Amino acid sequence: MQKKLVLDSHLLNITLNRLCQQLIEAHSNFNNTVVVGMQPRGVFLAELIHEKLQKLVKTKIPLGYLDTTFHRDDFRRREIPAKASETKIDFVIEGKNVILIDDVLYTGRTVRAALDAMIAFGRPSKVKLLVLVDRKYTRDLPIAADYVGKYVDTLESQRVLVELEAQGHKQNKIWLVNKDN
Amino acid sequence: MSKLSQRHLLGIKNLTREDIELIFETADNFKDVINRPIKKVPSLRDVTIANVFFENSTRTRLSFELAEKRLSADVVNFSTSTSSVKKGETLLDTVNNILAMKVDMVVMRHASVGAPHFLSKHIKANIINAGDGTHEHPTQALLDTFSIREKLGSVEGKKIAIIGDILHSRVALSNIFALKKLGAEVMVCGPPTLLPKYISSLDVLVEWDVKKALDWCDVANVLRIQLERQQIKYFPSLREYSLYYGINKKILDDLKKDIVLMHPGPINRGVELTSDAADSHHSIILDQVENGVAIRMAVLYLLAGSTN
Repeated sequence: MQKKLVLDSHLLNITLNRLCQQLIEAHSNFNNTVVVGMQPRGVFLAELIHEKLQKLVKTKIPLGYLDTTFHRDDFRRREIPAKASETKIDFVIEGKNVILIDDVLYTGRTVRAALDAMIAFGRPSKVKLLVLVDRKYTRDLPIAADYVGKYVDTLESQRVLVELEAQGHKQNKIWLVNKDN
Repeated sequence: MSKLSQRHLLGIKNLTREDIELIFETADNFKDVINRPIKKVPSLRDVTIANVFFENSTRTRLSFELAEKRLSADVVNFSTSTSSVKKGETLLDTVNNILAMKVDMVVMRHASVGAPHFLSKHIKANIINAGDGTHEHPTQALLDTFSIREKLGSVEGKKIAIIGDILHSRVALSNIFALKKLGAEVMVCGPPTLLPKYISSLDVLVEWDVKKALDWCDVANVLRIQLERQQIKYFPSLREYSLYYGINKKILDDLKKDIVLMHPGPINRGVELTSDAADSHHSIILDQVENGVAIRMAVLYLLAGSTN
């Protein structure tokens, strides 16, 4: 399996700090802002950013997890039904500014499903999308991220692998992997 | 693995333990969905489901219909009282006619044992058995065991007594299969005339004294006396049955430990359960009903998702 390192632990930390500063710039005191991580892999990143943000702005920011499984548009088009994860949003999204967080932005279909799923918790005032890795030129839908950790040029045959300590990996690292071999 | 081993849900007997656990995990998520302000998800948007009921039902049909609607499926209902079955149409013809209208799944209840099994050999749609005669009622057993798991944390190692009319009960048979597969200890209790002859082959304990059964168990699943299925007298009178096998609050309070009381409904109040027992803190009867919708959503979701 061919692997290429995209971001190492040190650079990733710098990137995360930069993303947090960008968020603070746009949302100042976060009194009407909530953070929502997308299941399954976006939640680890959301937790990381949420922790950093709370330390920086010294207020409590609501954090939720959103599962998009039941809102996907590829149901009955896959071999096996997608397995659901927990949705845990114990606050109302109505009128809030939502920072939606996922690790990799690829086709944009999961984000579309997330926007759909989110409506069950109220009508948000604004939704901003934060992703760690934006795969360029791969979008199926007109969806773009507002905050991006790193843009990566990828081929269809490649996969972006995000390894975070919170997921049980030794070090925070982001790889580009060739799918076929 | 997140796929069921079966294309149809005909009975618990054909399921594996992994299947049951997958259904539970999926139902956990759907239970969360139906407790939200907006209780609907679009998963089954392009799926059409026919509820074909050749036998009366309120709870099960309503529960299936709600589950289907909360998954955004298109639903058609069919019951024998208003159909051409009265004119002499065969089961296969009836269902083939429904399928010719492009139906993807059939939820079926029938008074004959094995009716859904027979259909599953002849048609392409996914079939869910919503009760076939005195044989199986798989979604009821799934929601019962799911409710036990929710209340007690797990089913493994728990002692479950099924009390009442075991002979005519499809709920009892499906429950026994499900509980055994999940590693519970099962006891059946009822008048000897209402226990089936094959009971010894099911590897369950048999008890005639309801008080002993209640002393033994963690959970009592009390069944209804199914007078409509009884062609001969199995016991002298309902009053006598209620005297020997009826459960009231005093019996429950006199037990050394708190037990969980379940009933698949409809309750004959004053026969197998008195009102004060059915409405006591022991009872999780209404939780069972709520879980029924979540379990049926999970079953529909998992079966519909693996067609292609």
